Amino acid sequence: MIADPGSARIWLILLVAQIREQPARFFATVAALALGVALGSSVYLVNTAALNEFGLATKRLVGEADIVIRGPREGFSETVFVDLARNPAVIASSPLLELEVAMAGRTDTLKVLGLDPFRAAVLQPAIIGEIGEGVFQLFSSDAIYLSSSAAQRLTLQRGDLLQVTVGSSSKALRVLGILSESTYPQPLAVMDIASAQWTFDLVGRLNRIDVRLSPGTDVEAFRRDLGTRLPAGVLAVAPQIERDRAITVTKAYRVNLNMLALVALFTGAFLVFSTQSLSVLRRRKSLALLRALGVTQGQLRRALLGEGLILGVIGSMLGVSLGALAAAGILKYLTADLGNGQLRTAGATLSAAPVQMLAFFFIGIIVAGIGAWAPARNAARQAPARALKGGDGNYETAARTSWRLGVVLMLFGAAMAWLPPVGGLPLFGYAAIAALLLGAVLLVPVITLRGLGLAPRTHRVVFDTAVSQLRENVALSALSLASIIVSFSLMVAMAIMIYSFRVSFDHWLVKLLPADMQLREPFGNDTAFWSAEQQTQLRTAPGVSRAEFRRTRQVLLDPARAPVTLIARGANDAQIAADLPLISAAAAPAAASASAWISEALQDLYGYKVGERMAIPLAGRMQQFEIAGVWRDYARLSGSIVISRPAYSAATGDNTANEGSIWLDPGTSVSTAEKSLRLRVGNGDALEITGSTTLRERALQSFDRAFVITYALEVIAVLIGLTGVSFAASSTALARRAEFGMLRHIGMLRGQIMGMLAQEGLLSSAFGVAYGLALGMALSLVLVYVVNRQSFNWSIDLAVPAWQLAALSAVLIAAAACTAIWSGRSALSQDAVRAVREDW
Amino acid sequence: MKQLLTLAAGMLSGWFLSLPVAAGNFEAVTAGSAIAFPKDYGSHPNFRTEWWYVTGWLRTAQGESLGFQITFFRSKPDIDEHNPSAFAPRQLLIAHCALSDPKRGRLWQDQRIRRAGFGLADASEKDTDVWIENWSLKHSTQSYAAKIDADEFSLDLSLSETQAVLLNGEGGFSRKGPEQRAASYYYSLPHIRVAGNISRGAAKSQVSGEAWFDHEWSSNYLDADAVGWDWIGINLDDGAALMAFQIRGLAGERRWAGGTLRSADGTIQLLQPAEVGFQAGRLWRSPRTGIAYPVEWSVRAGARQFQLKPLLDDQENDTRLSTGSIYWEGAVQALEDERSVGRGYLELTGYGQRLHLR
Repeated sequence: MIADPGSARIWLILLVAQIREQPARFFATVAALALGVALGSSVYLVNTAALNEFGLATKRLVGEADIVIRGPREGFSETVFVDLARNPAVIASSPLLELEVAMAGRTDTLKVLGLDPFRAAVLQPAIIGEIGEGVFQLFSSDAIYLSSSAAQRLTLQRGDLLQVTVGSSSKALRVLGILSESTYPQPLAVMDIASAQWTFDLVGRLNRIDVRLSPGTDVEAFRRDLGTRLPAGVLAVAPQIERDRAITVTKAYRVNLNMLALVALFTGAFLVFSTQSLSVLRRRKSLALLRALGVTQGQLRRALLGEGLILGVIGSMLGVSLGALAAAGILKYLTADLGNGQLRTAGATLSAAPVQMLAFFFIGIIVAGIGAWAPARNAARQAPARALKGGDGNYETAARTSWRLGVVLMLFGAAMAWLPPVGGLPLFGYAAIAALLLGAVLLVPVITLRGLGLAPRTHRVVFDTAVSQLRENVALSALSLASIIVSFSLMVAMAIMIYSFRVSFDHWLVKLLPADMQLREPFGNDTAFWSAEQQTQLRTAPGVSRAEFRRTRQVLLDPARAPVTLIARGANDAQIAADLPLISAAAAPAAASASAWISEALQDLYGYKVGERMAIPLAGRMQQFEIAGVWRDYARLSGSIVISRPAYSAATGDNTANEGSIWLDPGTSVSTAEKSLRLRVGNGDALEITGSTTLRERALQSFDRAFVITYALEVIAVLIGLTGVSFAASSTALARRAEFGMLRHIGMLRGQIMGMLAQEGLLSSAFGVAYGLALGMALSLVLVYVVNRQSFNWSIDLAVPAWQLAALSAVLIAAAACTAIWSGRSALSQDAVRAVREDW
Repeated sequence: MKQLLTLAAGMLSGWFLSLPVAAGNFEAVTAGSAIAFPKDYGSHPNFRTEWWYVTGWLRTAQGESLGFQITFFRSKPDIDEHNPSAFAPRQLLIAHCALSDPKRGRLWQDQRIRRAGFGLADASEKDTDVWIENWSLKHSTQSYAAKIDADEFSLDLSLSETQAVLLNGEGGFSRKGPEQRAASYYYSLPHIRVAGNISRGAAKSQVSGEAWFDHEWSSNYLDADAVGWDWIGINLDDGAALMAFQIRGLAGERRWAGGTLRSADGTIQLLQPAEVGFQAGRLWRSPRTGIAYPVEWSVRAGARQFQLKPLLDDQENDTRLSTGSIYWEGAVQALEDERSVGRGYLELTGYGQRLHLR
């Protein structure tokens, strides 16, 4: 960059002089860059740590298998395993029952691996190495080993009893030992396959087989061939896919934070841009002098660019360190999935990622470089003679001509918003936002001019002077406003998206929770449920006027994707259509086959359409359903399917349920009903029973909690933007010392100049805020309809938090105006005569 | 795969011989109950442990001398018999196979352990027919077929009987200690004629030779004070056969001994404890485990005195993954007055650590 020693010396002189003169501005710019880099890098680090941990955990679970066969909860016949074990191409096969087990008195579940230690030894040496001599005790039918994190969570020790729920009765297992953390980092338990089959009423069934093929076997061909011979709903999967699924699962939660990193980086870039522009403007005479003394255009340009870059280097260095610190803190004090519960990992550790950290380091520098480039080029192009004399003619032209690029960028951004996601990520959505922002900022000067042109002459000296000052210094206004426009518009966009999401989420909750109470067995468990008799027991509990039950379970539609939740609910199709928050529905009800309602994720990810037929693997067969509608489901990212209970029990013969809605008799309180419901089933104390109102409040609270960090970081970004305004204003004021002196000379009062500054500040900040607001609304469309939809595969209805935005705008305008006045005071304190003399 | 197995080794250390003493669910070995064939060729699932053992010398077409050992163990864990699961480990099958290869300087060995069931691994109660997937030992009229397809080597042998069954002890009741209940049912088949094919790595060879077959079952093999045993099974060149063993105690002292010497004409001499003497000779220390084994012996059997010399020193067996023990078992040559009189196998257990015997 700075090739010759001459440039380096000039660069150093300029830089040191600048830091010494404007330490506060220097630090604000560095802070913005650091924040952006820190956010980006910490999100990356935390996510990488989570995925590494998850990958390792998955690897420990799957071990050295070439293929993993997975079936639904109730599994498939163990003869599948026997056939595989006899296959000459298979050198090792390990039969498993992998279940999320419900426990008495607990609302969480425990992953239990029922395995044959001898067969698992070959594929998962870690487990067996640990159980060691205990393997014979493991054969005892109530024996279970816990991983250390499971033991911690359940506060159980060797020799303690663990009460598990099967159906709605309890069975006691004896904790034989605790596996060390290195064996399994995640909370889980290990049993012998025979005890697991017996304990969980699944004798003769398996739901997973790990397979290792003899060297030289074409794994992919074997997998495909095997897939055709397995029962419906049982899939042969490459273990890599299981790890990839984890990445898909975590993708969505990063969207929010990446968006914030983008806000900070953009703010940083515009801060560098305005800081550099203004500083160049302020130093135009000294720079011109340097040119007159023989410094070439190139040398000057490089020196000024270097100034911006050094801001980037310092900001990036700070940012990367801050990001690493923040990531370490998050991993230590929160869970690696940022509390999303998507990844059950414990003890994820930060791994050094030097290459990626270097990338973030350079992103910060590049952003700073982009910000510094235009001012450097313009300053270098200035004719020294003219600059020495004063004026900023070239700036004006540059700013005025930038609008064409602005329009092109805006159009480009609008076009990109229509493109599909890349690998499940809304990359084009982000690009659209970036292009729209940049384009909008480039349009600021033109729009300011047009806007000011519309301002009427009031014949009041102060106001008219303020308007004409703004018109003359349009480039300056644009520069000082850029950072606040960028940060404010992004804040507006985020606020609209979050508000829209919250409103839609609330509506969805109300629609889905019409009953007074909700009850369920531990979420996601594979073992606890209510039989038909128990459902009657619950339905006829004192105080209950009506009860509806649901059966939820997982089905695998595509080996490459996470399982889909199947929900059997409602007595008939009409009831489902009335109860679900539907997005679209088929014109006519299904004629030939049973109906299914799919969530938006299924539509987006699997391409199913209303009116089409889909096959769902149930009871080992592919059963045909007609898609009767699409419903909105904010609860299940990987997608869900609703079918009626009669259709479900016809397909599977299963009448059990694991969730229910309860309507109460008038006058019965939730707590009274809760007591009588608990007495009705065997494991009543483990039931999750919640009043629908409480449930809704809790859901909204956790929603708000999830966005607290978002709001906090946004406020920081806006504050930095505001600092940018402050420095820009003080800079401008300083640059206009001569002008103020002149005005004083021709008789303007000090108070009048202050008034002029206040009105200028008010006008420009009102414009900036209004512009930011408009831009933010446009960006919120991209967030709601592109970024949100492509990240989460669900729709939200646009809703604008008008009061919130209005209040925010007012505060920001006032703050920006005050900043402008306050900055002007220092310029005015100087002796008017001296100020004028300085310029002539 | 080998590496994985090695990784997993140690998991079962000692379990095989450290099963609880309580024999409530197991049938006891009693004196006087006669061994009956062909039924007793088969498995005895009510006894705690059982093994079918083939040891012998092979000669390749190229003239190499090799030792081989194929063992199938059956073990009955003490579990809840009510478990209806087909996976319930009612019986465990363990197989161990080793080739003593002087050129290699150590054994080729491999092992497997499985629960019986699904036809993948089991032991027939009708006749000797025991298998773990594609490893098998099967009896048919007058001969056995042994197939072992290990990771690094394989054996496919036909084992033909040339002599009558030899019942050890009192009609097959073989005492293992001063207490009457430490005993097993035990018969042998000496002078088995061997023919077949083996492979070591990529190298295949045609082999022939002579072997010794043992079948033994018990619920209480060793008493609590025993640490291990020394055992020999020798095919003497004149057609005679010698089996002798001693049980060692905690201090290395002899707790019990016994043996059978059958001459070529079929006369059986039952050796009483006092008639058997094991005198340890040269020690060899394993570079892997640091355990020292006496690999040369002087054995007194009645009036005769044999010197034993190993085919190679390093015939240490690592079966921690399956039987849970490390021991020395290898091909030996028997000499009488400096003259070679026979060949067979020597087994030395309980040298590394106390075998937690029952």
